[in-house]
Amino acid sequence: MSVTVKMTVNGKPISAQVEARTLLVQLLRDTLNLTGTHVGCDTSQCGACTVHVNGKSAKSCTMLAVQAEGAAVTTIEGVATNGTLHPMQKAFNENHGLQCGFCTPGMVMSALDIVRRHPDPTVEQIKHGLEGNFCRCTGYHNIVKSVQAGAKAMGG
Amino acid sequence: MTAETKTGIGARVARLEDGRFLTGRGNYTDDINRHGQVHAHFVRSPHAHASFTKVDISAALKVPGVVAVLTGADMAADGVGGLPCGWGVVGKSGVPMKEPPHPPLAVNEVNCIGDAVAVVLAETKDAAKDGAEAVEIDYKELPAVASATAALKPGAPLVHNDVPGNLCYDWELGDKAAADAAIAKAAHVTKLHLVNQRLVANPIEPRSALGEYDRATDSYTLYTSSQNPHVIRLLMCAFVLHLPEQKVRVVAPDVGGGFGTKIFHYAEEAVVTWGAKKVGRPIKWTADRSEAFITDAQGRDHVSDAELALDKDGKFLALKVKTVADMGAYLSTFASAVPTYLYGTLLAGQYTTPAIYVEVKSAFTNTVPVDAYRGAGRPEATYLLERIVEQAAREMKIDPAELRRRNLIQPNAFPYQTPVALTYDTGNYEAHLNKALEIGDYKGFSGRRSDSAKRGKLRGIGLSCYIEACGIAPSAVAGALGARAGLYEAGEVRFNPTGSVTVFTGSHSHGQGHETTFAQVVSDKLGIPIDSIEIVHGDTGRIPFGMGTYGSRSIAVGGSAIVRAMDKLIAKGKKIAAHMMEAAEGDIVFENGQFKVQGTDKATPIAAIAFSAYVPHNYPLDKVEPGFDETAFYDPANFTYPSGTYICEVEVDPDTGVVQVAQFSAVDDFGNIINPLIVEGQVQGGIAQGLGQALVEGCVYSEDGQLVTGSFMDYGMPRADHIPKYNFAFTNTPCTHNPLGVKGCGEAGAIGSPPAIINAIIDALTPLGVTDLSMPATPVRVWQAIQSAQKHAAE
Repeated sequence: MSVTVKMTVNGKPISAQVEARTLLVQLLRDTLNLTGTHVGCDTSQCGACTVHVNGKSAKSCTMLAVQAEGAAVTTIEGVATNGTLHPMQKAFNENHGLQCGFCTPGMVMSALDIVRRHPDPTVEQIKHGLEGNFCRCTGYHNIVKSVQAGAKAMGG
Repeated sequence: MTAETKTGIGARVARLEDGRFLTGRGNYTDDINRHGQVHAHFVRSPHAHASFTKVDISAALKVPGVVAVLTGADMAADGVGGLPCGWGVVGKSGVPMKEPPHPPLAVNEVNCIGDAVAVVLAETKDAAKDGAEAVEIDYKELPAVASATAALKPGAPLVHNDVPGNLCYDWELGDKAAADAAIAKAAHVTKLHLVNQRLVANPIEPRSALGEYDRATDSYTLYTSSQNPHVIRLLMCAFVLHLPEQKVRVVAPDVGGGFGTKIFHYAEEAVVTWGAKKVGRPIKWTADRSEAFITDAQGRDHVSDAELALDKDGKFLALKVKTVADMGAYLSTFASAVPTYLYGTLLAGQYTTPAIYVEVKSAFTNTVPVDAYRGAGRPEATYLLERIVEQAAREMKIDPAELRRRNLIQPNAFPYQTPVALTYDTGNYEAHLNKALEIGDYKGFSGRRSDSAKRGKLRGIGLSCYIEACGIAPSAVAGALGARAGLYEAGEVRFNPTGSVTVFTGSHSHGQGHETTFAQVVSDKLGIPIDSIEIVHGDTGRIPFGMGTYGSRSIAVGGSAIVRAMDKLIAKGKKIAAHMMEAAEGDIVFENGQFKVQGTDKATPIAAIAFSAYVPHNYPLDKVEPGFDETAFYDPANFTYPSGTYICEVEVDPDTGVVQVAQFSAVDDFGNIINPLIVEGQVQGGIAQGLGQALVEGCVYSEDGQLVTGSFMDYGMPRADHIPKYNFAFTNTPCTHNPLGVKGCGEAGAIGSPPAIINAIIDALTPLGVTDLSMPATPVRVWQAIQSAQKHAAE
């Protein structure tokens, strides 16, 4: 069964015909060619697919595209402005908070949501906030540092 | 040569490749789509062992969107071969290992869950899945065996009928008589039974492959999430699909982590390449995580018994080890080498133990194949050695740091020939031991233990002194030991006419940061800005050749090839410069990006030399060819031997069994370091994987071969809140035999950390009478160990 979904993605209104069973991440990757959002598991554990739906982080592998009807969705492609990295993205670069890059989009989206909830997060709040994001490369140490630095840069 | 500039060797350069990953512009295999592609879904065995006679695809072909269904019979009809093993191990008395056939799609028999029987090709991924549901196979279940120790027992079910006793090989190394004699006369013998549990590598990017056929040129392109595209091309063309190599291009674009499990040539790569011609459309496959759990080669899985003999002063006299290793259902690409030449050869560790003997029996089981995983054999050797050394220290009541110190190979003893084949080129083990004791405040431990006790927690400290053999490998040595390939690396450095530089490397980066590290080396050596250098990797169509990235070999072997290519460029540049500046070639020196005439102020920048090589109007055409582009193949003279000392402190809650790593101190000797920021990241990542093995990870099969831990719901992965407070430092004894003096840093953390963590937990629990603990030390396992020790004490 095919349905029409409409939403705003990275500030642009979109409309697409999809099968009803289409996941939000499939719409983003396969229909809209926004391949920065990744799929790393099928049990909602790894967080590589994390995007923002109406300003809050959500795992796009765990919602149907139709559930985002009318929503404002932001993906990693919508975080930098006019080619300038967001302070959080810059912090990941400066603190070597990424290696293979596959978990990185989800990490950045989760990090931004942590800062939304805790503008000056403690190490414990960051670690807790990253519970739903796996990284197999960095050992998290530099990701925590990156989120701290990013939060500081955003506040400053 | 250290950090003269902000971007040269030794500088903490923030990574140049990060921009695309941070903005969603990375290009992983699953991000690639080709016109007209179909999606593949594999029909996989739900049984650990079964025979079948019929694969009924008729209903599947009627599912909307399904284009074709291909089976093992189709592959066999086309003469497709089995997946090869790249290392032939010869056992005791010259008996070669058993190599049962491994067809990419099973024919008449499946030998583990996840074995592929058919592939459904459809217009969408979901349609392919729907089609796979409709394929009917008349499985007849057969008895299965799911552990190597069970497989080697008399009467065990046979995985392959032509492999008696399920024995792949029975291999030995070292001097058995000498070890036995030393054990017989020793003042003390420590014995230990150890399990190094099976792990799943779990790179966050699941494997993916996209095969394409071009009928105009009768050639193929395979995009695949691989650590070594040239190796995949070689194995797939020569052994599986029997295609001429020049007709096949293999591209490994951005790859989302490898950790060893993306080294190997997998069935899916061959199927999508072969199938693309068969159906006349590109074929794309990407694993689901559940599929990755049952198809990615797994790691470790050793069961060992060891004896360490010591004299009354704690000097090691002999080490004797018996290990049973699980190969899984088939021999994966490098599986046979892992428990032999990457394991037995490392059992000397950092010590002067004069007699060592190891025997390894490898067995087939009805489980997913096992192969290299971060460290590959070296973590298993280190875990065994560092556990038994610490156990001996406890038994002999000698401080574990002191016991190690009494046995360390001394700095003046290099090159050092071990009793297990390797010759260590250099090292200073006492230096990193001392440094680790200092930064970990070893002396202050008893105070911290008292503080923990006041909070009701048991604190323990554990050490691990690791060594590894990296920079794999001198081809002649590897060949003598059974490798069926050379293990050199290729590098090409091309000056473009307008002064920028493109470097083509056979190494492959899947997180290691080569685009930065290699650019630093080139910038430093050629004296050109780092932002005018591009590092190209992962494409057999662009790079001369390559053996890829594994065994912490990229900088030591791949980096050396690039240096050799630059040496050739500089040598050629001197000839051109001599002509241009009207000087003798012998008077030309190259410094800071300038060719200079010694003793004068004449100088020409290398970019001008490059330009003249492409526009040779005033050029020594009688002496050198135009163009400024050189290639080198570098074959290392020896392995490199990174080493280090790790000290872990844990706090255990005796009421719950929860272990918290309180602090972790790591001192590594990687030789010269190109980019400390990246190297620290490699160590942190490696330690996290070692911590995962020590505390949470474990791949579990039921006795009949069903995978119990088949998803992230069931398989414990380290998370952000597992990560301790770190103290890091480096010592440096430069490698003596490669041009950069580098050793490699990718695996150290995963090799050195598990024994330090387990030793610390046992130390914490020793007052309660606990003497042994298996990985992973989950709360339930720790709690049970405490209860059982206390029950034992009460009896």
